[in-house]
Amino acid sequence: MSENEAEIVAHLQNISRSYVMGGETVYALKDFSFDFRQGEYWAIMGSSGSGKSTLLNLLSCIDRPTTGSYQIRGREVSGLSDNEISALRGRELGFIFQSYNLIPQLDVIDNILVPVIYQDDPIPNARERATELAERVGLKGRLHHRPNQLSGGQQQRVAIARSLINDPAMILADEATGNLDSATASEILDLFDELHASGKTILLVTHEQDVGDRAEHILRLKDGDILSVDSEARSQATGGTSV
Amino acid sequence: MKSLWSTVRLGISSLLLHKLRSFLTTLGVLFGVASVVAMLAVGEGASEKAQDQIRQLGSRNVILRSVKPEQEAVSDQQTRTLSYGLTRDDYGRVAETFPGVIRTVPVLAAAQEVRLGGKSCRPKVLCTIPEFQDVVGRILSAGRFILPQDEESRSLVCVLGYDVARYLFPFKNALGQNIRIGEHYFEVVGVLVPRGPLGESLANPSSESGGEVFVPLETGRSYFGERQVTIRSGSRDIQEVQLHEIIAEVGTDEDVPFVAAASRAMLVREHEDKDYEVVVPLELLMRAKETQRIFSIVLASIAGISLLVGGIGIMNVMLATVTERTREIGIRRALGARRRHIVTQFLVETTVLSGCGGAAGVAIGLLIPWIIERTADLETQVSPMSAILAFGISVGIGVIFGLYPAWRAAHMDPVEALRHE
Repeated sequence: MSENEAEIVAHLQNISRSYVMGGETVYALKDFSFDFRQGEYWAIMGSSGSGKSTLLNLLSCIDRPTTGSYQIRGREVSGLSDNEISALRGRELGFIFQSYNLIPQLDVIDNILVPVIYQDDPIPNARERATELAERVGLKGRLHHRPNQLSGGQQQRVAIARSLINDPAMILADEATGNLDSATASEILDLFDELHASGKTILLVTHEQDVGDRAEHILRLKDGDILSVDSEARSQATGGTSV
Repeated sequence: MKSLWSTVRLGISSLLLHKLRSFLTTLGVLFGVASVVAMLAVGEGASEKAQDQIRQLGSRNVILRSVKPEQEAVSDQQTRTLSYGLTRDDYGRVAETFPGVIRTVPVLAAAQEVRLGGKSCRPKVLCTIPEFQDVVGRILSAGRFILPQDEESRSLVCVLGYDVARYLFPFKNALGQNIRIGEHYFEVVGVLVPRGPLGESLANPSSESGGEVFVPLETGRSYFGERQVTIRSGSRDIQEVQLHEIIAEVGTDEDVPFVAAASRAMLVREHEDKDYEVVVPLELLMRAKETQRIFSIVLASIAGISLLVGGIGIMNVMLATVTERTREIGIRRALGARRRHIVTQFLVETTVLSGCGGAAGVAIGLLIPWIIERTADLETQVSPMSAILAFGISVGIGVIFGLYPAWRAAHMDPVEALRHE
């Protein structure tokens, strides 16, 4: 199947997100339309204030657009209740943060299992799967270590394993290598490449060009709008896309 | 269920992450619960002791007693005579004219020395009739009580209270033995059981020895008389009392107040001096219960305040914890936690805190009465209900005071929470 025929995982149509500051409306994202498809690996780049964090918050459903439509796998998100959004977030989205954001009182396996405990219908054999994922990201032998017993790179590996536990539709990574040295960052990006190769959809927010260059496509933002789409392989023929 | 267990486990690990803070937080609840359990045990013990003493007087009895009046004795040069107290006429009036009274027992106390060989003691020698045993509810450990034929024939027989029997006959059976009361020899025909650790003698509740010896009323009158003579250098004090007590047994509890009122009216009418008192055990019992009720209300208030303080302590710490863990809340929300999951997580933590405080409080609360009993010689009574209730309230306090911090945590904006450093 060609990329154009791949399923649309995230469909954003005329999305705006505005804030009122000092009596003035400020747009962090304005009339933004875009589609992210199954198996794509996107780097979202832009300078500070470009709207990349706002876009990530909207994509991850922890923030809601002021106007516009957002669908995940064809399901409209804007009309969902807080509970439904939480369930959707846990099931369809995997998160990787810059500062790893592991729960300090839990060991590696229990941290990987956190998204599972919030699911109404948790995946079967979750613990075995968590162990398998931990081993896959190179944490064999560290399964019962707590975050403070792990290096930054190892903690980020735990976060990657955690993002995969519910087999989500999309992995959202926010400056995932920002806190790591270049060698470790490279290892983490290698892991992303592996995930991409296995068919995962990855959206990586970064401001580092060399990190962005590792992605399959680059979406550049400026002042809440699309500046450029660096995508030779990608055809932007779908109705939802603005480019 | 599995998810709840994970939440509980997580809650405990979060609390263990700050052991000292968690421990200090539980102290408020711990002291509250411990003080409730301990105070209740001490209060219940004291109240039960008082009520037991009153019950031993017979809750359906009305007791009329002779009291030495505050008046000068009639005196000549060498002899001072004081006549006071209840009379045989009073007895007749109570026995024959008071409605509701089903039995009446007269008691005459004789101040006589009791001797056996080289041993002597001065217990209360009570001269009474066979009905005394039944009306006052005394139980025999051996032998028999006074019989009607003892009265008729003025037999020289006696029944010993447990203490007297143990004192005079520590190693042998008292039954059939002869003891000397005053100047006369009496055969021991019965021994009473002790009145229990809480019991004291009826006729002389303040007696230190608590000893009692019972003899037939007519025997007592014949051999000891109604006069008690105390000889001092150059003078004689004579006290003349016809009856020291009249015990009226009333048919029903409802009649007790009427008989008590009638007794008081009769005594006021017949006695110019206040040489009597009317003791109504039922009234005392009601008063003791009322006192206990007031005590319980005071206790509940103190307990309430201390638990409130404990609860506020928990809330304070949990609010600080919520602020401290803002980012963690954001992460959890991002990873799929719903508001109820966050509420449950923080409620579990407060409940674990207050539950641990409550459990430790109950343990310490049970230990305190145990120590008091062994060091202060005070009766205590631990009610399992009070321990269960105190523990339940402590858990409830945790839930109530944990609700607001949990609610605040659950309603945080995930975007802001994730941004929190």
